[in-house]
Amino acid sequence: MSSRPTPAELAEYEAQADAWFRENTPKDPGFMLPLTFMEVSTDQQFEFLCAWQRKVYEAGYLGASWPSEYGGGGLHPDFQRIATKLMKKYDGPIMLNAIGIGWAGPLILDIGSEEEKQKYIKGMLNAEDIWCQGFSEPENGSDLGNAQLKAVRDGEEYVLNGSKIWTSLGDRAKYMILLARTSNEGPNKYAGLSFFLAPMDAPGVETRRIKKLTGEYGFVQCFFTDARIPAECLMGNEGDGWKIAMKTLEYERGAKVNLAGGYFLKELDAMGVVELARESQRGGKPLLDDPVMKDRMVDFMMDIQALNLNNQRRRMGPLVQDRPMGLALMNKLARTEMIRELTEFSLSFQGTRGGYYVDDPCAVDNGYWHRSYLNSFSATIGGGTSEIQRNIVAEHVLGLPKGR
Amino acid sequence: MAFSEGNLADHLGGLGYSEEQIELMDVATSFCRDKSPIDKVRKLINDEHGYDPGVWQEIVDLGWLGIAVPEAHGGVGLSMAEVAPIAEQMGRRLLATPFATCTIAAQALLAAGDEAQCAEWLPRIVAGEVATLALTEPHGDWNLGHVEASAKAQGEGYVLSGTKQFVVYAQHAALVIASVTVDGALRLALIERSAIPDGALRREIIIDETKRSYELTLDGITIPASALLDAGRSGSALGQIELANALLQAAEMCGGTQSAIDYTIEYLKTRKQFGKLIGEYQALKHPITNAYVAYEKARSHMLSAAHNFGQQGVGEIAVRMAKASADKAYSFAADRAVQFHGGFGFTHDCDAGLYRRSAIWHASQYGDAAWHRSKLADLLF
Ligand SMILES: Cc1cc2nc3c(=O)[nH]c(=O)nc-3n(C[C@H](O)[C@H](O)[C@H](O)COP(=O)(O)OP(=O)(O)OC[C@H]3O[C@@H](n4cnc5c(N)ncnc54)[C@H](O)[C@@H]3O)c2cc1C
Ligand SMILES: Cc1cc2nc3c(=O)[nH]c(=O)nc-3n(C[C@H](O)[C@H](O)[C@H](O)COP(=O)(O)OP(=O)(O)OC[C@H]3O[C@@H](n4cnc5c(N)ncnc54)[C@H](O)[C@@H]3O)c2cc1C
Repeated sequence: MSSRPTPAELAEYEAQADAWFRENTPKDPGFMLPLTFMEVSTDQQFEFLCAWQRKVYEAGYLGASWPSEYGGGGLHPDFQRIATKLMKKYDGPIMLNAIGIGWAGPLILDIGSEEEKQKYIKGMLNAEDIWCQGFSEPENGSDLGNAQLKAVRDGEEYVLNGSKIWTSLGDRAKYMILLARTSNEGPNKYAGLSFFLAPMDAPGVETRRIKKLTGEYGFVQCFFTDARIPAECLMGNEGDGWKIAMKTLEYERGAKVNLAGGYFLKELDAMGVVELARESQRGGKPLLDDPVMKDRMVDFMMDIQALNLNNQRRRMGPLVQDRPMGLALMNKLARTEMIRELTEFSLSFQGTRGGYYVDDPCAVDNGYWHRSYLNSFSATIGGGTSEIQRNIVAEHVLGLPKGR
Repeated sequence: MAFSEGNLADHLGGLGYSEEQIELMDVATSFCRDKSPIDKVRKLINDEHGYDPGVWQEIVDLGWLGIAVPEAHGGVGLSMAEVAPIAEQMGRRLLATPFATCTIAAQALLAAGDEAQCAEWLPRIVAGEVATLALTEPHGDWNLGHVEASAKAQGEGYVLSGTKQFVVYAQHAALVIASVTVDGALRLALIERSAIPDGALRREIIIDETKRSYELTLDGITIPASALLDAGRSGSALGQIELANALLQAAEMCGGTQSAIDYTIEYLKTRKQFGKLIGEYQALKHPITNAYVAYEKARSHMLSAAHNFGQQGVGEIAVRMAKASADKAYSFAADRAVQFHGGFGFTHDCDAGLYRRSAIWHASQYGDAAWHRSKLADLLF
């Protein structure tokens, strides 16, 4: 990482990046784009988003602060922060390869071997190598530590048997970060877990698409039947799996900051909800003349503002003295639940039109709000459910006992 | 206020802090912890005075009464932003004193007093003489502009009539600042304690037993013409008083919420039923976590209200959000604190009751969550 840039250097960079994003941010492609990396349904969407990520990377605005020897830009993180800010400013599409650059990449840069860094980092930045995450299993979701997919060493290979499910981008990915069981021995269920960087084109790996609540696709079930992967796919040592998976989840849940840049989810347009309410009618009057609706809207504005402020306060040491990790660990819970409730509320504005869904010519905003509400569950369930998040905050921040 | 574009933080103000604020926060944290252990709080409940004069003198000596008073009047020359962290720690330890009401009274003088009035009273307040406010009336309306008490010209001065309620610490106050109408127009009036006959004060029985409050019958009290604050600024001063009060209350309430949660967590970590610590049951664990999340949100709002206090537009929104979210958080945390202590929670000995009563008191004074949300609705939409 390079030294702290001067204000003049940053300003010059910002001017260049601003011009680039103004020029290059794609306009409406004429088909619906995914709100998050988890709901890439069609080839058209996939190719469009791959091309966009590659273009941003090649212009130097993705991975700008990752080490240059592995394909990054080698700049100070402040530069990447500026680029990401401008990406947002021009409302650019999401970065598709979230599991690569968001979780696997930081992990590999942090604890990976030199070979792993050389092999994987550049391909995830330029979107040539899409990554997926094989943690959840049909029988073991929240209880991740109980994962049972078997990995048995056989000479210079591991043989995999079992199934992973809800694997986002699993049908598009070249690599999977995989949590598998190499042993049933040890003091507890965690001890037998190992972590792999597994190729998805290995013989014996099959995927089946799963249609989602919204009607879109985006995740799959993966079947491993005597699938063979090279032994060097093991990250660290056998038995390190749980420790490494927990590190990955810190990136996933946003407790650690993503330095690759870009964003993987479209932020909900809170002001859009207000606009929607303003345009809506009830009893022949503007909806916001209704004191009950207005009061609920105020409540949401307070909530949105509280989370904005929490995000600022998290980084201000003197203002988080009593429980320094509290704001970071509650962030996912608070944010995802608020978005679920707010998008649900937005459906009630629409009167009879609340009955339409995406693609009906009369649907309000082409069903954006319905789709956003149904999709909001991806965040209250995926990445550890809200109930599990409450356990985490209770146990790790408040010091309450673990349930037995 | 237009919300059509940009992000909310740009419209609603962000967070920041001053070095002085953090220093005061640190000092207040240990001071309030040391001076106000819970057994002392309980002892003072049964004390007529209601607070420890020795501790009050220490607060005065620390200079805390002058934080938001200009240096020209003997103060420190900082702002309400630096007062808030002190109020927070006082609320956390249920340390009851006239600190908040004195601070607000000084702000009222600054907002509507003339040079002579400020010169006479501000140094005395900074030096620890108690000043308080008489703004609310038997009609119970939170709208401070709803004033039925009046002052009528008589000879050189004015004669007052009407009734004021919830005049905190009036018994020991040297100065009471009352809202009245003069010829139908709103006006703030300075009443010296010596002008108040003994029979005019009745100690009220209030829900928060740690505090002291009085009803004040104004009938027949006379004041000189020089005791009226500026006619033009009295109305806007009331607005500032309301916001300053709401800020300090929000701070106290955040402190109280923190304690209600900590106190309950301690119990959940020690009490066993069915062979398990009750903190293992998610029926308790998850609601207390929700209470904690609400507390952190309320605290962010409070710190933003302190940081943005007095800013045109943004300041009022931040303060009202702070009081509304503090009420929600404190009420919920204290309510669950009672419930999660089981039979013990129902007793007067359980501290949960102290927090629950404190939250009700704060909600009742200067507007509860719903009141401030309705004000916000007008400001935002
Ligand atoms: C859109 C989406 C994308 C996803 N993408 C991926 C991916 O790419 N890779 C991947 O590995 N996984 C992925 N997941 C899976 C996700 O991580 C799991 O769904 C999640 O961890 C929950 O596991 P489960 O579905 O088995 O539910 P379960 O664990 O069976 O939970 C069912 C219900 O029980 C509750 N529950 C469970 N245990 C407890 C407890 N101890 N205390 C209280 N309540 C409890 C849960 O909160 C939930 O409400 C994705 C999920 C979604 C929705
Ligand atoms: C006004 C009043 C009058 C009473 N009169 C009588 C009387 O005349 N005779 C008599 O014998 N008793 C009486 N009781 C006692 C009453 O029955 C107990 O207080 C009650 O059963 C709870 O027990 P506890 O106080 O020990 O609380 P605990 O059992 O310690 O409970 C503490 C908290 O933990 C929760 N909790 C405990 N176990 C679980 C669990 N498994 N899952 C989830 N949460 C749990 C409780 O809901 C509570 O919130 C009275 C209580 C009150 C308040």
